Amino acid sequence: MAAFSVNDVAIKGISCSVPKNKELNVDLDILTQEEIQKFIEATGVEERRIAPKDLCTSDLCCEAAEKLITDLNWQKSEIEILVFVSQTADYILPVSAAILQDRLGLSTDCIAFDVPLGCSGYVYGISIIAGMMKASGLKKGLLLAGDTSSKLLSKTDKSTVPLFGDGGSATAFELDESAESLQFDLGTDGSGYKTIMINDGGSRNRINSDSLIYQTISPGIERNACQLILDGMDVFGFGISQAPKTVNKLIEKFEIDKDNINHFVFHQANLMMNKMIAKKLKLPAEKVPYSLKEFGNTSSTTIPLTIVTQLKDNLANTSQSLILCGFGVGLSWGTAKVKLDNIVISDLIEI
Amino acid sequence: MEINAFLKNFADILDDTDAALITQETVFRDLDEWNSLTALSLIAMADEEYDVKLTGDDIKSSNSLHDIFEIIKNKA
Repeated sequence: MAAFSVNDVAIKGISCSVPKNKELNVDLDILTQEEIQKFIEATGVEERRIAPKDLCTSDLCCEAAEKLITDLNWQKSEIEILVFVSQTADYILPVSAAILQDRLGLSTDCIAFDVPLGCSGYVYGISIIAGMMKASGLKKGLLLAGDTSSKLLSKTDKSTVPLFGDGGSATAFELDESAESLQFDLGTDGSGYKTIMINDGGSRNRINSDSLIYQTISPGIERNACQLILDGMDVFGFGISQAPKTVNKLIEKFEIDKDNINHFVFHQANLMMNKMIAKKLKLPAEKVPYSLKEFGNTSSTTIPLTIVTQLKDNLANTSQSLILCGFGVGLSWGTAKVKLDNIVISDLIEI
Repeated sequence: MEINAFLKNFADILDDTDAALITQETVFRDLDEWNSLTALSLIAMADEEYDVKLTGDDIKSSNSLHDIFEIIKNKA
């Protein structure tokens, strides 16, 4: 049972960046107006930020990191670990974290690596960076999490295009003996690996001359083998059962009093799914913020983006306990309880 | 688990369909209102009312509401 806690590591700041370019779901021509209205009602997604061709996840995360380092007044030379969580790295190899170490001007003594997780990635990332810092005594670390999922989608796939947006984040960690412990429940069910996947382009199915041929899967869903498949029904069934389970596991394991949690920030999958999860957990609506309407599902960015865009004023100059929960591609999930004690939250960056 | 209660639960997830059209012989896929989002409502209903996880394959392999009812009954 992967429930554990990490002591002496504090979250010091969070920053997010999104592309300036906005796409409105009402403007889509792959759905009828009636379908669009039903889609918006069910998923809650009205707008998404879409990166232009030359803007990558690493670029979004780099800007978020620069701003956060400035706002925290940190010296770059002090940062000893950088973890980049993304499924849209710059290249197949090398890791983008290496490129970012150089681009950000971090020390060559800095540990840097990628973690290619999606919706659960932010919570996993926190556990990885906090665990390594605690174990090794590294004093300062940066978690960069984000995705430009729009680059992975077929523009003629109505099952994915209206849902996903792009974004990047940076979260700062510091070794701090006064920090309240970070508590985690993490898990995996790889039997559902086909639920959200891209078939070709890895080493199991190398890209080949057939990879780019568009296939009609069903009316309104045309894509090639290098583009994202989302089995909406199975993802939905997984989300509404697994997310409440992992939150409850954390609460039981660490005997958390739900009343003492100020906010529950979930991965922004879709409104219908998220409302159902909140209902099953009997959470009061005012404790469950959403950023779906303006940004859609931004993969591993959803949790920090919801904090930055919905809770910034609420968290200013206070100390609050949050439960964060991510779930999806893998299938993989993670829940964390974190204490945000007077943290720096940078203004949202638009690039 | 009772078929009439199930049919009522199914009718409740629809907005614009006459409940009289919902019988165990109904081919749900042929309903005007059926689409990928109503499928999600069906999965949600099975979870909420019967604590059963319906999969995409369960729905794809079914034709009538009776088929869905049987799957839920066997999983409950």
